[in-house]
Amino acid sequence: MVCEMETDQTEEMDIEVLSSMWPEDVGTQADNQFNVEKPAGDSDTLKEVDIAEKRTMADLKRLPELMNNTDQGSSQLTNLVKQWEYMQDHAVKLLREELKILTRQREEAEAKELKIIEEHNFETQEPENVPVLDDTSHLFRKFKHKKRDALVGSKRVEIDEEFDTVAYWKQKALSLEKMLEASTERERRLIEKLNESLKTMESHSAPVEELTQNLKRAEGFLHFILQNAPIVMGHQDKDLRYLFIYNKFPTLREQDILGKTDVEIFHGGGVKESEDFKREVLEKGKASKREITFETDLFGSKTFLIYVEPVYNKAREKIGINYMGMEVTDQVRKREKMAKLREDNAVRKAMESELNKTIHITEETMRAKQMLATMSHEIRSPLSGVVGMAEILSTTKLDKEQRQLLNVMISSGDLVLQLINDILDLSKVESGVMRLEATKFRPREVVKHVLQTAAASLKKDLTLEGNITDEVPIEVVGDVLRIRQILTNLISNAIKFTHQGKVGIKLKVISEPSFASAGAEEQNSLTETETSVWIRCDVYDTGIGIPENALPCLFKKYMQASADHARKYGGTGLGLAICKQLVELMGGQLTVTSQVNAGSTFTFILPYKVATSDDHSDDQDFSDMVDHHQPEPDDTTEGYFQFKPLLGSIYSNGGPVIGNNFLPHKVMLTSPLKLINSFVTDSSNNTAQSEMVQVENGGYMDETCSGPCPSKETESCSSSQASSEGGVLEMESELTVSSRVEEDKTETSKQPKILLVEDNKINIVVAKSMMKQLGYTFDIANNGVEAITAIKDTSYDLVLMDVCMPVLDGLKATRLIRSYEESGNWDAAREAGVDIKTSESEQVCVHSINRLPIIAMTANTLAESSEECYANGMDSFISKPVTLQKLKECLRQYLH
Amino acid sequence: MDTLVAQLQRQFRDYTISLYHQGFLDDQFTELKKLQDECSPDFVAEVVSLFFEDCEKLIGNMARALDQTGNVDFNLVGSSVHQLKGSSSSVGAKRVKGLCVTFKECCDSQNFEGCVRCLQQVDIEYKSLKAKLQDLFSLEQQIVQAGGRIPQVDI
Repeated sequence: MVCEMETDQTEEMDIEVLSSMWPEDVGTQADNQFNVEKPAGDSDTLKEVDIAEKRTMADLKRLPELMNNTDQGSSQLTNLVKQWEYMQDHAVKLLREELKILTRQREEAEAKELKIIEEHNFETQEPENVPVLDDTSHLFRKFKHKKRDALVGSKRVEIDEEFDTVAYWKQKALSLEKMLEASTERERRLIEKLNESLKTMESHSAPVEELTQNLKRAEGFLHFILQNAPIVMGHQDKDLRYLFIYNKFPTLREQDILGKTDVEIFHGGGVKESEDFKREVLEKGKASKREITFETDLFGSKTFLIYVEPVYNKAREKIGINYMGMEVTDQVRKREKMAKLREDNAVRKAMESELNKTIHITEETMRAKQMLATMSHEIRSPLSGVVGMAEILSTTKLDKEQRQLLNVMISSGDLVLQLINDILDLSKVESGVMRLEATKFRPREVVKHVLQTAAASLKKDLTLEGNITDEVPIEVVGDVLRIRQILTNLISNAIKFTHQGKVGIKLKVISEPSFASAGAEEQNSLTETETSVWIRCDVYDTGIGIPENALPCLFKKYMQASADHARKYGGTGLGLAICKQLVELMGGQLTVTSQVNAGSTFTFILPYKVATSDDHSDDQDFSDMVDHHQPEPDDTTEGYFQFKPLLGSIYSNGGPVIGNNFLPHKVMLTSPLKLINSFVTDSSNNTAQSEMVQVENGGYMDETCSGPCPSKETESCSSSQASSEGGVLEMESELTVSSRVEEDKTETSKQPKILLVEDNKINIVVAKSMMKQLGYTFDIANNGVEAITAIKDTSYDLVLMDVCMPVLDGLKATRLIRSYEESGNWDAAREAGVDIKTSESEQVCVHSINRLPIIAMTANTLAESSEECYANGMDSFISKPVTLQKLKECLRQYLH
Repeated sequence: MDTLVAQLQRQFRDYTISLYHQGFLDDQFTELKKLQDECSPDFVAEVVSLFFEDCEKLIGNMARALDQTGNVDFNLVGSSVHQLKGSSSSVGAKRVKGLCVTFKECCDSQNFEGCVRCLQQVDIEYKSLKAKLQDLFSLEQQIVQAGGRIPQVDI
């Protein structure tokens, strides 16, 4: 590095030192590491620097600190200079003082000499060309004086010779000569000393050596520290052009950097930012730090912590900035990683706590629900008893007031039972216990039955209608029980809120709705084997309608359109919630549209699998049956039903109709006479009428059907006999006589038909005896299969079913019977392996299927719990051993 | 003669009560008695004899099933036990019924030893009940023959 500083020796020296001081191992790099711009012209940057004088000594320990601050750093040099100057001055002062002393001594010596000369001026002839001057005279006097008391005092000339003799003078001259010699000698020594002093002064006049040493050490120290530090330092002028840069890992040569700005040198992310930052610091005049991430082609992605401070000259004017950058990429990455981890952690923690909260809430809810369900179940059993007894009581002779009270009692009981059943249903759905069953069923039949049931208990002047479009398949697969429940619920709801006009069900096939398409991917795999169809079902009415603001909460639990409605119409407010949940459980959607005072339409769309022809095994006898039944139109294809109100229709049974599996008094075969009265078929439609096979009290009214309609009743009666012959009764031989006798009696007294399903002979004998005493007779089946066969052929009013039986137990048999009631066919039974004979009396299938009361006879063991009986569709139970009282109560409850 | 009838009647009453107290019979037997009327004067005897026939048959079945050493069909035994339990329950043969419950448990747990023991006990029990009931019936007959009426025994 060549430096052409000509102004200041110190400065020059400084620069020279810089270049020469780098150790050999970095020598080649020093060139680039320490780039100092050749100062333009005479401008001396360092000279301009305003220096705060603080230290007179260069402190090595302060050097790194000093180097951070250019002001301080440059002041150090100046300090050294000042110190040197001061030392110089001091030396000069000392020399001058010495010189002064010497001069005075010489003067004294001269004065003494002069005095001597003076003394001898007139005594000797010794020519003396001493200038006699005023000045000197004074000097001489002084000299004389001095000579006397100070200088020559001790060397007083001793003259032994007689005064004023030649010898005397000679002697005196001689001694004076000696004195003069000594004086001269002293003078010479003094001069010598002076010279010596000057010489040493000369050696003192070069403290540069020392300074150089200091600087060298400082430089070495700095280099030692900075050798591996990832630090870039630099100084930039007002225009942010580099004047100086130190970079440990340089990639650019000095000429590429010096005199240029950041923007000119680098390209990429962060460059502009750093430039702006530097400018900001320059403008504000306040040192500050910032972290900047660079993304340059030159050194990739690196983050620097940059410190920038403004630099002033002595006039307090800004002349540029110093900047120092340290690469902190790894630290930043680590920090960011940590931050991210911490953030993730926090998020995870938050989620965890949220989840815990949710779990906790869910658990609580589940527990509460479970509790509710358990409670409900516990309440239901005794309540059934209460309601049942009340109903029995209502059949006895009561006065008007008593009857009224009893009716209130029954309807309240009904409501509570309904509520409990609803709660049980809901908790079943919500806890995921509810299982859907896929059974084949006929939508038309379901609609018809629902309407029929509704019509049976209709108290109002309403027309019920069903409309099913032709494209709706005759048979589909779905959970018919639930669908029926939904329909019944919606219909009874509609009836409840409609005072005149009509209530109806409309079925039609629609294309797959949009909400289902999302999940269609998975379904597609299914669709390959089985075609599915979406059926839209509208349940409409011309009732009071629902105000728009009440629509959102309509499907919420325990909510009704308004408190007023709740009072006026009663109900639990659970029905629609259950419907919605059931529909959603089956993958459908339940919606409602309504207009106040004009009516409401509840629409649910559900996917069904179409019963394809290839699983005809179950279907066969149906098609057979249809064939046999031509030309009579069957309701498998019938698409329109109407149930018109009949004036003066006899209404006898209280309580709303609900799809209630477990309410015995509700689902029992209510006096069929009502059905006929409220059920007037279309004039064009004989089918419906032909189906009305049952009349009052479960007996058979052969006369009514003896006319145009085929007398299925007679056939079914005979078929019951036929079935006895068909081996249903093992005990027949023993019991025939009495049962025949009873049968005869029955015909006249319209005896209810009872079927006892029991495998134990003793039990049969005992039961028979009891029945006899109670005035009833019954048929006997020895197991579930026989029971089904008997039920298929004969219309019973009550079944007493043993639970534990060989071949097919009571629970399974009951399930199959219920399935038949729902679907109208015995497919489920066939699937279960029951050999259903398709006897000549095919018509049996066309029985109007009403729910057959089935009473379980349980041994009350764990395996035969009452709960299980209910769950399998039984209506009640008698615990074994059967006593006369229990049997009596049961028969009373169910046979009226 | 009246003293004989009274004595017989007292004997009958005591005997009946002892049967109840010793746990041979329970209320269901009373139920049966209630079912007996003029139309079927021998109803209880008929049912009971039916029951003992049943016992004999079922116990025979069970013994055969349990005899299949190493290859006992406990389900088969169990179903017979169930039958017996039902029957005994219906006639009010309390002890037999109680044994059947234990017997059934042994079957369910496939406890061969227990089953055999229960079978033996059931066999003894039903036979002793049979004997006792025969005594009871003969007492009844004696009363009837002596021209007395069978007294109602309230337990």
